[in-house]
Amino acid sequence: MEILMSIVVGILFSAATYLMLSRSLLRIIIGTGLLSHGAHLLILTMGGLKRGTVPLLSEYADSFVDPLPQALILTAIVISFGVTSFFLVLAYRSYQELGTDDMEQLRGNDQQ
Amino acid sequence: MNNFIILPILLPLLTGILLIFFNKQISVQKWISGLASFIGIIITAYLVQLVHTNGIQTLEVGSWKPPFGIVLVADMYSSLLVLTTNLIVFVCLLFAYRSIGIEREKYFFYPGVMFLLTGVTGAFLTGDIFNLFVFFEVMLMASYFLIVHGNTKIQLRESIKYILVNVISSALFVISVAFLYAVTGTLNMADLSVRVAELGQPAIITVIAILFLIVFGLKGAIFPLFFWLPGSYQAPPSVVTAMFGALLTKVGVYSITRVFTLIFIHDPSFTHEIIAWLATLTIIFGVIGAIAYWDISKIIIYNIITAVGVILFGVSMFNTAGIEGSIYYLIHDMMIKGALFLLVGAIIVITGTSHLKQMGGLIKNHPLLGWMFFVAALALGGIPPLSGFIGKLKIVQAGFENGDYVMAMIVLLSSLLVLYSVMKIFMNGFWGEQVLTKDQEKGSTKGLLLPIAILLATSILYGFFIEMVSPYVVQAAETLLDPSIYIEAVLKE
Repeated sequence: MEILMSIVVGILFSAATYLMLSRSLLRIIIGTGLLSHGAHLLILTMGGLKRGTVPLLSEYADSFVDPLPQALILTAIVISFGVTSFFLVLAYRSYQELGTDDMEQLRGNDQQ
Repeated sequence: MNNFIILPILLPLLTGILLIFFNKQISVQKWISGLASFIGIIITAYLVQLVHTNGIQTLEVGSWKPPFGIVLVADMYSSLLVLTTNLIVFVCLLFAYRSIGIEREKYFFYPGVMFLLTGVTGAFLTGDIFNLFVFFEVMLMASYFLIVHGNTKIQLRESIKYILVNVISSALFVISVAFLYAVTGTLNMADLSVRVAELGQPAIITVIAILFLIVFGLKGAIFPLFFWLPGSYQAPPSVVTAMFGALLTKVGVYSITRVFTLIFIHDPSFTHEIIAWLATLTIIFGVIGAIAYWDISKIIIYNIITAVGVILFGVSMFNTAGIEGSIYYLIHDMMIKGALFLLVGAIIVITGTSHLKQMGGLIKNHPLLGWMFFVAALALGGIPPLSGFIGKLKIVQAGFENGDYVMAMIVLLSSLLVLYSVMKIFMNGFWGEQVLTKDQEKGSTKGLLLPIAILLATSILYGFFIEMVSPYVVQAAETLLDPSIYIEAVLKE
């Protein structure tokens, strides 16, 4: 199971890298979303899968899943949600202001 | 267990929230933010004294015993940095009152600064590596806001790149934490140090260490990860750049120092050697940039990169002189970079341009500004007895003690070139033909010189009364060099 998940994570990372290397701003943002999805899945996998039942059944439960990775993912999801929404608004605003979403044309130079 | 150490984090957070409700009453905002950051200085000065007399202070948040819960740790190193951070934010606020403009003030500029302060302080004080990530994000979110705040074209264009780089580095951070957790099963930094020591740092841990170096290196702008910095730091108003240059990159440097003196310390011939070479290359590239440009903010921005290299070189030497030197230099650099960016801001206010070839003879009408710039430039170059000297001396000494003569010489020679790069501003901007007469000037420096003078005076006093500072720095260096002190304080039973 862990191996399968690792492959999925790898596919997500490569798709994210591909998208982030493209010229369109929207694709780049989707790429960052995929990247953080991959990272979250990775945390889940790293905590170990299929170890037992839900965490904290009782004090004497003999098998349970490590709850910490889930807490970490929850935090990371909230953060990446916030950042992605900010990024989307910024992309829209800069499209209005600069009139393009092509990264080639957003290249700066010394004269501004 | 000491509840006091969460106060430096809570104070700016609550102030920031409070300020949002006063977004139309600007003078109220100014008073509250100024007062809060002044109280912040007093609180953190007390914290430094507390740590000095009673040793490392910890707070188990929610009374969860470490290593299970999040723990806040104030050792001398982080307390000193928190104090410096509060000082810089206070001074930058004073500068902002006069320079940032009503439009930005109405749209939550001061809350943004307060949230930035929250994030930076939190990153310095946390003792949990995932919590470090969370505070990084708090800090970054505030910095995204501040960098784009004002919506000018260059800001929009540059902040897209800035956010993208930081989103990628945050994802890498999460990935590194996941790997580290899979190998060691803990996230508490003190506990991590114990576990890694038990494992004897096998190759997999070293790989994770390098991943962390990449993550923090992206924030701290070390070679070859500094590419994003010059463009993005040029976009926002100079007071924002002053805060970014003095605080944000230093958080990256702090994190590298923390993890490579506490956790990944068992294979220094590999990891610390890499850091030393990267630091040297960082210095070289920073200096080249600083010399090459004729834009005054670009010159100072490239000097940030050089300074990061110098500090990290001291850390990578991993002996008493190196660590002490890097602490001296880090505190000095935070103050002097803040002062230099504010000076550059004042120059831009007067001339309306940041291009060096379009200005000249400023000293005629602005002698005080000119001489303050001169002093700041000397301090940056490390001329004794100003504040940069002792740090550089110790760092170079550490290099010679370790037998890294070439790299130590590069650090030494870089000072000369740094001095040249800022003197270029002084010679061309302040001396020479007078370009603008009194009434051609674009703006007045009324009220802008006071905050710079405060920062410079602190920096000069720091240089002259270094013997009074040194007990604190020695204590900080002791803790960094001997992880057992830190572990003892956090995991005490």
